[in-house]
Amino acid sequence: MSVRESRIASLVLGASAIIVALAVLAVFAFLFKFALPVFTGGQGACILSGVWNPFKGQFGILPMLAASLCISLSALLIGWPLALGLCCCMHGFTPRPLGRFLSILLRGMTAFPTVVYGFAAIFLLVPVMREALGHGSGLNWATAALILSLVTLPTMTLVMDAGMHQTERRLRLTGAALGLNRQQVFSHLVLPACRSDLLAAAALGFARALGDTLIPLMLAGNAPQWPTAASDSIRTLTAHIGLVLATDSSSATYGSLFVAGCLLLLANMCVQLMLRTHLRTRGAA
Amino acid sequence: MLALVGVLLRNGTGALGQALFFDSVPPLAAITGQVPVWDGIWPACVGTLSLLALTMLLALGPGIGCGIYLASYASPRIKALLGFAIDLLAGVPSIVMGLFGFTLLLTLRHSAAPNAGPCLLLASCCLALLVLPVLVSTTRGALEALPRQLHLSGAALGLCRWKTMRHILLPAAARGILSGVLLAAGRAAEDTAVIMLTGAVANAGLPAGLTARFEALPFTIFYRSSQYRDALDLQQGFATTLVLLALSLALLAAATRLQRALDQRWQGIRTNRPTQHADRHA
Repeated sequence: MSVRESRIASLVLGASAIIVALAVLAVFAFLFKFALPVFTGGQGACILSGVWNPFKGQFGILPMLAASLCISLSALLIGWPLALGLCCCMHGFTPRPLGRFLSILLRGMTAFPTVVYGFAAIFLLVPVMREALGHGSGLNWATAALILSLVTLPTMTLVMDAGMHQTERRLRLTGAALGLNRQQVFSHLVLPACRSDLLAAAALGFARALGDTLIPLMLAGNAPQWPTAASDSIRTLTAHIGLVLATDSSSATYGSLFVAGCLLLLANMCVQLMLRTHLRTRGAA
Repeated sequence: MLALVGVLLRNGTGALGQALFFDSVPPLAAITGQVPVWDGIWPACVGTLSLLALTMLLALGPGIGCGIYLASYASPRIKALLGFAIDLLAGVPSIVMGLFGFTLLLTLRHSAAPNAGPCLLLASCCLALLVLPVLVSTTRGALEALPRQLHLSGAALGLCRWKTMRHILLPAAARGILSGVLLAAGRAAEDTAVIMLTGAVANAGLPAGLTARFEALPFTIFYRSSQYRDALDLQQGFATTLVLLALSLALLAAATRLQRALDQRWQGIRTNRPTQHADRHA
């Protein structure tokens, strides 16, 4: 009886592992299967061109790719130093109650729905932007990048914090032996020692910003053009997928969506691979 | 951040109340579905809740099963491979998951079900995929964080691997697993991109079944932000964000609390007193 029960249990557990593996495979297989005919069907050059004008049969998604990269890089540029600063605050540069309050606040922020950020920003930040620029609608690259940096902030800070916490615990005695106080230990020993955590946080934040849909969709203006200035309305790959699927029903434009989806998947895969090899080298060292 | 929450609160609290949820329909009739609600967010609440229930129903089995498998059954090679696959799945942007649902739908239309459309079932399948990694990794983490003595005491009692798991390890890790479930639910509740592509619409009334379209809170917020007509609409939008915010913060708070309780329970054992408690739990 008990032998049979345990055999059933291991079968069930194995089956659920297989289901999960199959699900991952299915996601990749389906998207690549739908994207492949685009290239074999001779539409590839058309989609990887620089002009989006469906009425003339031009389905270039390169401007969207550029916009995605620009927005997430600039969000990273704003958010990463902020995250680093917050981490310093939590590790001894401010009074302890404030540090604890910050960490609770950041944990709470991870649960904030992105759509809430977008909704609030439309009524808070966008009018300010409109006034500041003096022209346009206030829906532009800068607005979206600012809010995106806020969205990715908790992820980055918590990753950094986790790494620093461990390193600090390891190095506390060393620092005490050298006669350093907590701030000195932090800036001279801990920070250089967890350089890799800082990098990992940047990579994760970048992936998060690249994959976010609602913020660019609601705040970046969605004009399919090359990004040239911070006050430009631009459209990211993610917003492109959302927009086209919500409004268009002609199948000619769908090809570009699958290619866009695959590009996003590939970008995410690169980040994951990078993190993995980097973790392995650290584990070896 | 404080300013953001403050503004939301100031603008939203005015509209919180019966009218927000049920418009002018009497609540009892609205809840039982006798009278349709058009302007309130009650249908969206029900939509989100049924979406959550269905998603968790689909994701719980495979998610927790796979977590247990990874924590104690898998060989190191499978562990590495499957772990990487799950990391990959965790990083898939939610809009791409929505796009996957869309391709699934196209395939279905060409093969088995020619008149399949975006619906509740499709949306919850995609959401289930989205939250799977959270479930797997918290289950695995909770099991692996248990002190080694528990495994040993199982073996000492002559229990086989499954009996040890069933009677010793799972009860001990239950709180951690439950907190993972809550986190996953929070993730499913807030996501907008997936349901936008797989079945959420602005005006559907109460969800009519597995194959019907539905309303959901995040989508309602998104829709109101671009399509509001007057000040009242806008105020309702703010109030809706408050409702959604309260839902996801409550889920997070509960999850954190469970997790902390688990940490405290095993902390002393791992560092100071290595054996005493392990026997008690066996």
